[in-house]
Amino acid sequence: MINLNFIYSEIFLCLAIMLFLLIGVFKKNSSYLIYNLSILSLFGCLALIFSFPINISVELFNNSYKIDYLSTYMKILLILSGIFVLLSSSKYIQIIKINKIEYPILILSSVVGMMVMISSNDLILFYIGLELQSLSLYVLASFNRDNILSSESGLKYFVLSALSSGLLLYGCSLIYGFSGSTNFNLISENMNQNSYGVTFGVVFIITGLAFKISAVPFHMWAPDVYEGSPTSVTIFFAILPKIAALAVFIRILYVPFLNIIDQWQIIIVFLSIASMLFGAIAAIGQKNLKRLIAYSSIGHMGYALAGLSTGTNLGIQSSITYISIYLFMNLAFFCCLFMLRRDEKYFENIEDLSGLSKNHPILSFSLLIVLFSLAGIPPLVGFFAKFYIFTAVVEQSMYSLAIIGLLSTVIAAFYYLRIIKVIYFDPEKEIYEKNHSIGLKISLAFSTIFILFYFIYPSPLIEIIEKINII
Amino acid sequence: MGFPILSSLILLPLLGAIFIFFSKSKSNAHLTSKYLALFVSFSNFILSLYLWHLFDPSIAEFQFLEEQSWIKGFVNYKVGIDGISILFIILTAFIAPLCIVSVNSTVKYRLKDFLVAILVMESLMIGVFCSLDLVIFYLFFEGGLIPMFLIIGIWGGERRVYSAFKFFLYTLLGSVLMLVAIISIYWITGSTDITYLYNLGIDAKYQYLLWLAFFSSFAVKTPMWPVHTWLPDAHVEAPTAGSVLLAAILLKMAGYGFIRFSVGLFPIASEYFIPLIYILSLIAIIYTSLVALMQEDMKKLIAYSSVAHMGFVTLGIFTFTQQGLEGSIFQMISHGLVSAALFLSVGVVYERMHTRLISNYGGLVSIMPKYAIVLMVFTLGAVGLPGTSGFIGEFLILIGAFKKSFLVAAIASIGVILSAAYMLWLYKRVVFGEIKKDEIKKMPDLNRAEIFILSLLVLPIIFFGFYPEPLLSTTEISIENLIEMYNTNINLNLVEK
Repeated sequence: MINLNFIYSEIFLCLAIMLFLLIGVFKKNSSYLIYNLSILSLFGCLALIFSFPINISVELFNNSYKIDYLSTYMKILLILSGIFVLLSSSKYIQIIKINKIEYPILILSSVVGMMVMISSNDLILFYIGLELQSLSLYVLASFNRDNILSSESGLKYFVLSALSSGLLLYGCSLIYGFSGSTNFNLISENMNQNSYGVTFGVVFIITGLAFKISAVPFHMWAPDVYEGSPTSVTIFFAILPKIAALAVFIRILYVPFLNIIDQWQIIIVFLSIASMLFGAIAAIGQKNLKRLIAYSSIGHMGYALAGLSTGTNLGIQSSITYISIYLFMNLAFFCCLFMLRRDEKYFENIEDLSGLSKNHPILSFSLLIVLFSLAGIPPLVGFFAKFYIFTAVVEQSMYSLAIIGLLSTVIAAFYYLRIIKVIYFDPEKEIYEKNHSIGLKISLAFSTIFILFYFIYPSPLIEIIEKINII
Repeated sequence: MGFPILSSLILLPLLGAIFIFFSKSKSNAHLTSKYLALFVSFSNFILSLYLWHLFDPSIAEFQFLEEQSWIKGFVNYKVGIDGISILFIILTAFIAPLCIVSVNSTVKYRLKDFLVAILVMESLMIGVFCSLDLVIFYLFFEGGLIPMFLIIGIWGGERRVYSAFKFFLYTLLGSVLMLVAIISIYWITGSTDITYLYNLGIDAKYQYLLWLAFFSSFAVKTPMWPVHTWLPDAHVEAPTAGSVLLAAILLKMAGYGFIRFSVGLFPIASEYFIPLIYILSLIAIIYTSLVALMQEDMKKLIAYSSVAHMGFVTLGIFTFTQQGLEGSIFQMISHGLVSAALFLSVGVVYERMHTRLISNYGGLVSIMPKYAIVLMVFTLGAVGLPGTSGFIGEFLILIGAFKKSFLVAAIASIGVILSAAYMLWLYKRVVFGEIKKDEIKKMPDLNRAEIFILSLLVLPIIFFGFYPEPLLSTTEISIENLIEMYNTNINLNLVEK
């Protein structure tokens, strides 16, 4: 009998989803209740994960499902960000009237999909998880049905994502054909150095995953989807799928395909450089903050990939550190966006921030901190994220990657500075409303404090992540 | 290990800034925040003097060491000072209260935020001068960009946005290469601790590239020709207190960096790149002096003169002689005082006339006699007249340069003449001559606060001009030690070859 207790957290979430659906059917006007229950269920899920020793490493279901330190850490990260996302966007969905019962349920099911992805040790299971999260995301992107941009973004995301899933599936089938198995451990054993089929398979799989984390040249969907989706969904897009995809990226590249690192390393380096440069340059001309953050997230994924391309444990750890830190920076940024509300309307253009510092000193200060942190200026946390990445990159003597990466931070600094300029140097506009939900305030305060004061005591995060040893 | 005096110096202004930021602003609360900021920065100054009192100039090693595990197994928070850094700390702690006093007339809006920015700036700059770990140094060095960007951008003049961006991007671009170099040093030697690296020495084959990476950062910050163009813009557009901070302290971070890192860590590469430094320094001295001659904006003229003076500093450092290095440090301190004084003086007349164009002034001597006197002192200090602190620095640097190369010293001496030309001409056009405009006649002379600030600067400029001993004796042993370390490294390298 398989030890089911290791996946209690996933089972718990699935049961919660079904229960919430039932409540939604039988109880009128229960969206608010279900929303709060969803947050609670995520807390419960977190508690269940913590109820097991974190250091265990087990493989379930014919070695196709793996619980180890990496998966546990990424799941905790995932659920934490899920909680923050839901906490911060509760008021937003009420005001733009998308507070249907399906909304939190879709988010939860997407989270379940991601948890399966993170733990998967088998191509089939991985694909199931991926599709579960993607299908939920398609619906979420177009959740604001009456808004044409939202519908467009949902459709666009669906079409492109389906294409990339197809490529990914094709890659999986190639791998299966040339290695005779879908299980990561077995693929690793049967890996043949000189087989072109395997190389093609790896390339297709990388393509599919690069699409999920919106790395150049598979980024085209990101700006439109970020801009078109409701902001509460954009924040979800910007954080959670990236965590899951990065975990899978690490698992796939470093378990089955570690032997053929020569063949995929150069691809990752290319993806990384292209994303860093493109993200930095393309964001310069943007006027919409959500669109801008889409380009910025493309750039940031480039840095995470740079750590991944090193082929060392240190590189993986630096990537994971990067995504953990990136999560809080993005969270804080979107929390600030949620606060730009006046007369039941949300504002999301750069010019709407004009002179914000006059009337909203604390909010502007948070934005200031977040933007400088995204630009990677010390002593804010964003600097440390980049610092760890480049430490790992330089260790492998990949100097050109490090220098291109750092130069692109200078280019990227320009557009972050432009926003700061608008906030602090430009003439003021009308005051925004100041009554915000307590969840939003908590999320913003927490993430801002983390960004600002991380430098005082940076060791704990490093010590936690140091225990992730894949190779 | 006793009382962590260096950490207190760093933390005190920061705590003050946090306190002021969160204090509720009422109508008269700005006054309270101002007094609080003044109190904090002044007590920091007292603390720094106390540090000087405790400091033992006869020891070459770093003193007041504090070490604390920071990023575990990677970087330690390590601070300490020697005879070189202590002077810069005192200079910083001295200039900051002056800036705060001067905001009275120059900052019209958002005073509270301005004070926060100045205090944060102060604590970061003190951090730069006492950090003994490369990563910590980088953290402080780059962290200063944020408050300075805001100071220029929020309270600056008409082209403030352009200048703030230029300042930020130039310095950031220069510094990223330094970050790569710091990480490389970590992987080459296994540490970023400066004292450890001093003892260990870095393999000669790595030194050249590392030196260039550090150079790219310091050259922008110094600023050396041809990457000096951000400085005139930043100076001109920054509010008076911002210009003072920039000229008096920010530029010194690079000079200090050259001494501490380029010379200290990469002696062989430093020797190799001497010609490069000499050429760039000489161009800076001659070319920017000529440019300064033609300026019509007072602040711009002083900004260009700063570039020329910093050219002397880099020249002096890379003579690797006792006189040259001591002169460089002296020149930096002196320039810190003189340029701060000049910018404050320009601020005084700018407040009254709201123009910085030299042609709008003239004949101030009969309207503002007190102002004319103090400005005379500062002008002569900038010229380097014997009896002012400017003289000692330039003189020592030239002695050091003559020891190395007659030609270089001779060309540099022309710079001294040019500096006299542009400064005295500036003085003549502003202070003497006919009164061209009626508004000038209405200008009041210095008020009490201004007299107070400016005389605080007059005193050390003249005092150190006549009696440079306190500064020189503080730095002497540390510099001897540095030069000795440098020479042994060079000789070792020759033997190996």
